[in-house]
Amino acid sequence: MLNIALPKGRLGDNVYSKLRASGLECPDVDDNNRKLIFESSDKTVRFFWVKPSDVSIYVERGAADIGVVGKDILVEYEPNVYEILDLGIGKCRMVVAGPKDFYDNGDRTLRVATKFSSIASNYYTSIGRDIDIIKLNGSIEIAPILGLSDVIVDIVETGTTLRENNLEIKTVIMPISARLIANKTSFKFKDDEINKIMNKIKGQINND
Amino acid sequence: MKETIIDEKNLRDDERAILALRSIYKRYGYLPYRMSKFEEYELYIRNKDFLVSDRVITFNDTTGKLMALKPDVTLSIIKNGDDITGYKQKVYYSENVYRVSDSTGRFKEIMQTGLECIGDINLYDIYEVIALAAQSLNVISDSFIIEISNLDILSKLIKSCNDDESFFEKAISFISEKNSHDLKRLCEEYKVDAKNCATLQMLVKTYGERSKVLETLESCCADDDLKKMRELSVMLDNSPFSDKIRFDFSVVSNINYYNGFMFKGFIDGISDRILAGGQYDKMMTKLERSSKAIGFALYLDLLEQLPAKRNEYDVDVLLVYDGKTDMSLLIKKVDEIISSKRSVTTQQMIPSNLRFREMIDLREDR
Repeated sequence: MLNIALPKGRLGDNVYSKLRASGLECPDVDDNNRKLIFESSDKTVRFFWVKPSDVSIYVERGAADIGVVGKDILVEYEPNVYEILDLGIGKCRMVVAGPKDFYDNGDRTLRVATKFSSIASNYYTSIGRDIDIIKLNGSIEIAPILGLSDVIVDIVETGTTLRENNLEIKTVIMPISARLIANKTSFKFKDDEINKIMNKIKGQINND
Repeated sequence: MKETIIDEKNLRDDERAILALRSIYKRYGYLPYRMSKFEEYELYIRNKDFLVSDRVITFNDTTGKLMALKPDVTLSIIKNGDDITGYKQKVYYSENVYRVSDSTGRFKEIMQTGLECIGDINLYDIYEVIALAAQSLNVISDSFIIEISNLDILSKLIKSCNDDESFFEKAISFISEKNSHDLKRLCEEYKVDAKNCATLQMLVKTYGERSKVLETLESCCADDDLKKMRELSVMLDNSPFSDKIRFDFSVVSNINYYNGFMFKGFIDGISDRILAGGQYDKMMTKLERSSKAIGFALYLDLLEQLPAKRNEYDVDVLLVYDGKTDMSLLIKKVDEIISSKRSVTTQQMIPSNLRFREMIDLREDR
């Protein structure tokens, strides 16, 4: 049996619906219950939903054989896993954003608020800019408004939240999309099962 | 020392593995290598990329010299050997090393076992070391896989696409992640022609049974490059574990130190590679040695991930006595139990957290 870690939220639900459409339905999922783990009717896979940033931990440690995770998490935490497929869904961008009237003239240390401290520090190191990282866990957009930081490094999908808070994109660091990852040991011992699931997801994505 | 009877039941998984591994390595003429726990810090700082982590526990010894608790064994073995034409130094070790744990970010003592073959290495030695790696994994579990890649072929193919250093680094990282989608994007970014790009992607997608991988590679690799892989594969046909030894180019390492054949070993139920090894001639050159070298290390601390065999009881017999108990009766009872090959603990009360099979109460008022 293959264990699949899915991120809680829209992305995980989307991937589950693709697998359901390809025949891997779990009868209990749609019931309103408190179950955390669901088995498919044919008993070939087991799904569980976890916090998006935890998916790579479950897969790296082998508690899940495969999982779905945003490229942002993979770049930030560099888990020791195989990245076997770009699902091409959950597309967004990792950007530097700041108040519309803010201009970085480089005369002092740039204060950067972010959840992604590793991505932010690697980006600014690559352009040789000295920064002070302010690690936050949510509502990053408030930081420049309240003067906690000059800019933010965060994920932007449509840009609505930025616009509503008078912020704008200054630089795009990288495009992000959801990726299918696999535990390295599982990939050796369950390669047939993993390839089958991968092809099912690929098939559904191509149908869209 | 007198020969003592070792009760295998009492050994932990890693202790049992070490005993079995020692006898395998000895049979193939590998000698035990003992070393001090400390090494001059300079050795590690000069070669920090060779280490799994560059963070090392340091201290000043009595002469003021900066020393380190060993984070690695191989460097010390290389440093202390001699180059003699025609000779091969074959050693094995099992030593504690001190490294930062990935999960906690703190220093951890790790038991590392492995072997090194240093000298005039030829294809037979490479075969022998890989075959010993397979035998080592077989000590732990029947369900294991060894994957071999060849860094020389990999480097040549990547460099033929683009000579840029940053292209090389990114490409090798995507190959190690089996990430063919980002590899394709990278090729587009660096304007690599479609044929070469397809070859790199094929390296990611081609893995598994040796003969099949060789067959696929024939379309894109020069015959000379493949010759060694083909010869090694034929030699590995002789191993009783031949079907568990595969080719996979996602096995990579730092090319400033390693070259030629690299390999990793996996065991079903352990989430990370438990064995890693390969040829490190470039490291030898950096340490001013003319010999070639190959070796591997086993990370036995990972055995803790396998399901534990739980003992139902801590002790067979709990013998309870008090101040009034006849001591000769107590001694006699203990001897009786021991000679019946059971374990016993003598206590003056019944410990609340002790799991015992049977209790004998010698207290007078009971």
